[in-house]
Amino acid sequence: MDDPIRIGLAGGWKHIDASTLARSQTIDTDVLIVGTGAGGGVTADLLSAAGLRVVLVEEGPLRSSTDFKMRESDAYPELYQESAARKTADKAINILQGRCVGGSTTVNWTSSFRTPPEVFDFWQSQFGLQELSASSMSSWFAVMEHKLWVRPWDTPPNANNKVLGSGAEKLGFEVGAIKRNVKGCWNLGYCGMGCPTNAKQSMLLTTIPAALNRGATLYTRLRAERLRFDGSRVAALDCHALQPDGIHLSGPRLHFRARHFVVAGGAIGSPALLLRSSVPDPYRLLGKRTFLHPVVISSALMPERVDAYAGAPQSIYSDHFLRQAAIDGPLGFKLETPPLHPVLYATTLQGYGEAHARLMSEFTRANVILALLRDGFNPDSRGGRVRLGADGLPVLDYPLGEVIWEAARRALLAMAEIQFAAGARWVNPVHENAPGYSTWAEARKGIAALPLKPLLCRVVSAHVMGGCGMADAPQRGVVDHRGRHFWLDNLSVHDGSVFPTSLGVNPQLSIYGLVARNASLLAAELSGKPVPAIP
Amino acid sequence: MTPGRRQFIRTGLAGSVLLSFAGWLNAAGARRLSAAEREMLGAVVNAMLAGVLPSQDPERRRLVALTVDGVATAVAGLSAATQKELGELFGLLVIAPARLVLAGVGKPWREASVDEVSEFLESWRSSRLKLLQTAYGALHDLSFGAWYGRPDSWQAIAYPGPPKGYF
Repeated sequence: MDDPIRIGLAGGWKHIDASTLARSQTIDTDVLIVGTGAGGGVTADLLSAAGLRVVLVEEGPLRSSTDFKMRESDAYPELYQESAARKTADKAINILQGRCVGGSTTVNWTSSFRTPPEVFDFWQSQFGLQELSASSMSSWFAVMEHKLWVRPWDTPPNANNKVLGSGAEKLGFEVGAIKRNVKGCWNLGYCGMGCPTNAKQSMLLTTIPAALNRGATLYTRLRAERLRFDGSRVAALDCHALQPDGIHLSGPRLHFRARHFVVAGGAIGSPALLLRSSVPDPYRLLGKRTFLHPVVISSALMPERVDAYAGAPQSIYSDHFLRQAAIDGPLGFKLETPPLHPVLYATTLQGYGEAHARLMSEFTRANVILALLRDGFNPDSRGGRVRLGADGLPVLDYPLGEVIWEAARRALLAMAEIQFAAGARWVNPVHENAPGYSTWAEARKGIAALPLKPLLCRVVSAHVMGGCGMADAPQRGVVDHRGRHFWLDNLSVHDGSVFPTSLGVNPQLSIYGLVARNASLLAAELSGKPVPAIP
Repeated sequence: MTPGRRQFIRTGLAGSVLLSFAGWLNAAGARRLSAAEREMLGAVVNAMLAGVLPSQDPERRRLVALTVDGVATAVAGLSAATQKELGELFGLLVIAPARLVLAGVGKPWREASVDEVSEFLESWRSSRLKLLQTAYGALHDLSFGAWYGRPDSWQAIAYPGPPKGYF
């Protein structure tokens, strides 16, 4: 298996692992991009294509297919924020977020959805984002779908996804097939540990190599510390080199001067960088309205082997429960499945000792369904807040209030009913007090009585959005519809932090499409070339 | 007064004093596990993994030690702030009065039985103190992460491991 990253490096790509640097430096460029995930990758591609000199700054390491051994013990510490154990301040929500070149696109499960039309409608009515709609954005989504091989997936779903599909269909709940950004996928099921066959068309394999081929420079193991500004212009970005552990500072500092700065550090990292930099924020919006699609989990034991570690992790979904009420009513939820690997499953399951061992002994028969709650639309669902800890690093507060728990209970009920309809012999909501149930009647009664509280009911997230929300005016947002900061002329935010609500869908394609638009507008402005023909 | 209520007040008061003490002890931040901390984690792992560990020594002892090594490796991959918090927790649990008051374990960790340690884990898991609940969660995730991250644990759950072949 060729490793296109190793080949590119051998061919002279400019990659600097900052942990190897001995001295501080100052570097000049046209555009400095913080982050190499969905937002940073697309931006680097389009700006370098316009002839601009681009530098990318990434906190994580550069890893590629040669390194992707499909082992959780390697993948989580190497490729994820805080070894895949990042948590909210109260530890009640565990957050999966990538931290490597390609960001979360290197480790995501490839699910690709356009931003739903009703989400654009809500943004228009509540945040004045008239420029953004399903029709105005459709060309940008099409461009990125083409570029990243987003296609219907014709291989039959794995048994884990089949449980969701067959259970939901028996109950009359509409299900759909998930499009995936893969090219020649081997259907192995290890997307979350980095694709070992270079099938996943992540930023690592597409936009970033394109930018490096055009002479862009990539710094890794480098933490963006603070933007320096002068009046209404950002003058420089100060960075700290990290040790090879990716945690501690190694000493040297790098200062980047640029014409324009793009922040794309994800919806926890980006607001934190702007907070550390004390950028103007007169309406105190920065870091607020951070959304997570809080996920509750239902595990089941099936009569046959499921082998949920094998095959495309997500191929079937149901939006039935997103359509039961108005978008700003009681929270709707999307149903999907996760891949099950031993560490992920064992650490997520409640209990210990003999009880835990019994559940684990049926690992190959386990099915798990996830419910992603659509937060940020109901007036009581205001999300969380990113603030700075004593060490200047981000801390996320996300209060789990009644509006979340009311939906969580409906979701646990819906998932259990689906699992029993699909033939489960036992269903176990992931909750410290749930004993597990052997019939739907028993589950319905038991789940109705479960105390739903932080730390008792397991809540996780793989989608972090918001914190630098976009709007038509600085009273309502941090950036405008182009991702331009309202107060600093040469600062843009190009990642999921600009979403003013959550999405109700896995976010990668929403970021690709919006950033393709905004980076194209920026490229035209900075290079003096005509603006793109598509709206 | 119910035992739960009494325990809550007792651990609530003592816990805040002891944790601030532990914070002071560990002000320097993350460091290597001490021998006492390894013993404590060994007792925790021994109870968390009851049901998957072999019943006989020395094999059981060998696997517990390997899992404690795995816990140490996992901790080293967490953020500096989380490492400091865990350092405080570990540092606290090896102080005899804290072990007694917070964990309710009367014997030194190396002498505590699986049942005694399980009772401690259960009390923290169902505690009304968020601090103890989160500490239980950390011990849970570290123990199971360290155990199931190792290929020699996979046979018992019929997981064949990652596919092998042409890569």
